[in-house]
Amino acid sequence: MLNVDNVTARYGEAQVLQGVSLDVDTGEVVTLVGRNGAGKTTLLRCLMGLHRSMTGDIRFDERSIATLSPHKRCRLGLGYVPDDRGIYASLSVEENLTLPPVVGPDAWPLEKVYETFPVLAERRRQAGTHLSGGEQQMLAMARVLRMGARILLADEPTEGLAPLLVQRIGEIIRTVKEHGVTVLLIEQNVHFASTVADRHYLIAQGRVVESLDNAEVRQREHELLEYLGI
Amino acid sequence: MSGLLQQLFNGLVSGSFYALLALGLSVIFGMLGVVNFAHGAFYMLGAFGAFVALDSVGLSWWLALLVVPILLGVLGMVLERAFVHRLMHLFPLYNFLLTFGIALILQDLLRMKYGVTSQPYARPSMLDGAVNLGLFTYPKYQVFVFVFSIALSALVWLVLTRTRVGMIVRASTERAELTQSLGVDVRRWVTPVFGFGIALAGLAGVLAAPMRAVNSSMGADLIIVIFAVVVIGGLGSVLGSVAAGYIVGMLTELGNFYIPSLSQILVFVLMALVLLLRPAGLFGREEGAHA
Repeated sequence: MLNVDNVTARYGEAQVLQGVSLDVDTGEVVTLVGRNGAGKTTLLRCLMGLHRSMTGDIRFDERSIATLSPHKRCRLGLGYVPDDRGIYASLSVEENLTLPPVVGPDAWPLEKVYETFPVLAERRRQAGTHLSGGEQQMLAMARVLRMGARILLADEPTEGLAPLLVQRIGEIIRTVKEHGVTVLLIEQNVHFASTVADRHYLIAQGRVVESLDNAEVRQREHELLEYLGI
Repeated sequence: MSGLLQQLFNGLVSGSFYALLALGLSVIFGMLGVVNFAHGAFYMLGAFGAFVALDSVGLSWWLALLVVPILLGVLGMVLERAFVHRLMHLFPLYNFLLTFGIALILQDLLRMKYGVTSQPYARPSMLDGAVNLGLFTYPKYQVFVFVFSIALSALVWLVLTRTRVGMIVRASTERAELTQSLGVDVRRWVTPVFGFGIALAGLAGVLAAPMRAVNSSMGADLIIVIFAVVVIGGLGSVLGSVAAGYIVGMLTELGNFYIPSLSQILVFVLMALVLLLRPAGLFGREEGAHA
């Protein structure tokens, strides 16, 4: 579904991505694991068309999207959750949900969003940033479901959340998957990653260094944690 | 007492111009990240537009109030497409050079044609005369200016808070890049928003023509105060620029009345105080600083 082919990116002089290639198949949940500064966030920004100096190719459904502007990529079905969750302070919770256009046939109606996430219904009139961190993450993911995106690109959705909320995010990701949405997830928490994902790419210094399945991740958890510096 | 009230009312009238100008400046800054130093020049063009329209084709003030802002809005959109959008990724100094340059060119073009003397513009007859406001009588025209600008500001506020277009403008103002990645073509909205801001400045100019001196420097005299108003209200905050417009208007008129020697600096004292106590402005949001 998503094919990344030899993508490079730089910030000024610094080469942040050194030729990343990876594939995500329809219905999969795949994580990108790696240290801070390994280039994971930059890769996601490249996928959305938010990074200017990028080379290489990105294909979505066999179609090259590497030169499309961000709003067109979104309309093809890429649903983005940035590392800071991307919730607007000047928009209410409901406006945060309905800002993006409906981009796919499986878009959730607002009622279904509110049924699944009752807390968003209770607080629909409040400013988006009045929600707690966990609720904002929920809102950001619900927004992607409301759009009817076909792939969720989430930049470390569990960062800074209490264990109970991390579990809740895990449930949401499983819900997303059950609805046929493909997921590409940045995750530092390898244990959590192995409970929600099918496959993992280990990223280091702007490259994919290894591709791992869940069994390998569980087996090598300590080694990986040490590697990640956690 | 009625003297004080009358000063306050004078303040609301001059505040009406501040509010309309600051509103446009603020929306443009929010959406484009561009500080439009040419804003005062478009206010001046609005007043001249009304004058020329009456002088050459006999267009009434009422029609000028409709036609001139639309024409200037279109001119604004053309300028945005031709020049202003190029500022997006450039060093802020270019913003100053371009918009200030546009202001100087427009100003000097009119100076070449009309000199520095003020052009006469009569009040529309329907708004001639005075109304009794209870404690004092007041020129009908000035009352109209105040009511009209309040109504217009309220309308803009409603559009911004209650419509989908308004939601897109708010979202793009807060975070343009994110909005783009959520499927909204922000660039498509930038040009009309710039045109709208310019149209508001032109409209303020048409409103000013019958009660202010119509000359080529009328915009330049005002623009500095308008920047202070926008800073006091909070950059990018629509409600803030309107409220600050009226507050500054009243403060200046009270100053004129009670301490004339200080009246010119009062607005900057207020600005300094606001920056000290609430750096994001009266209505600004701290997190809005990245927008």
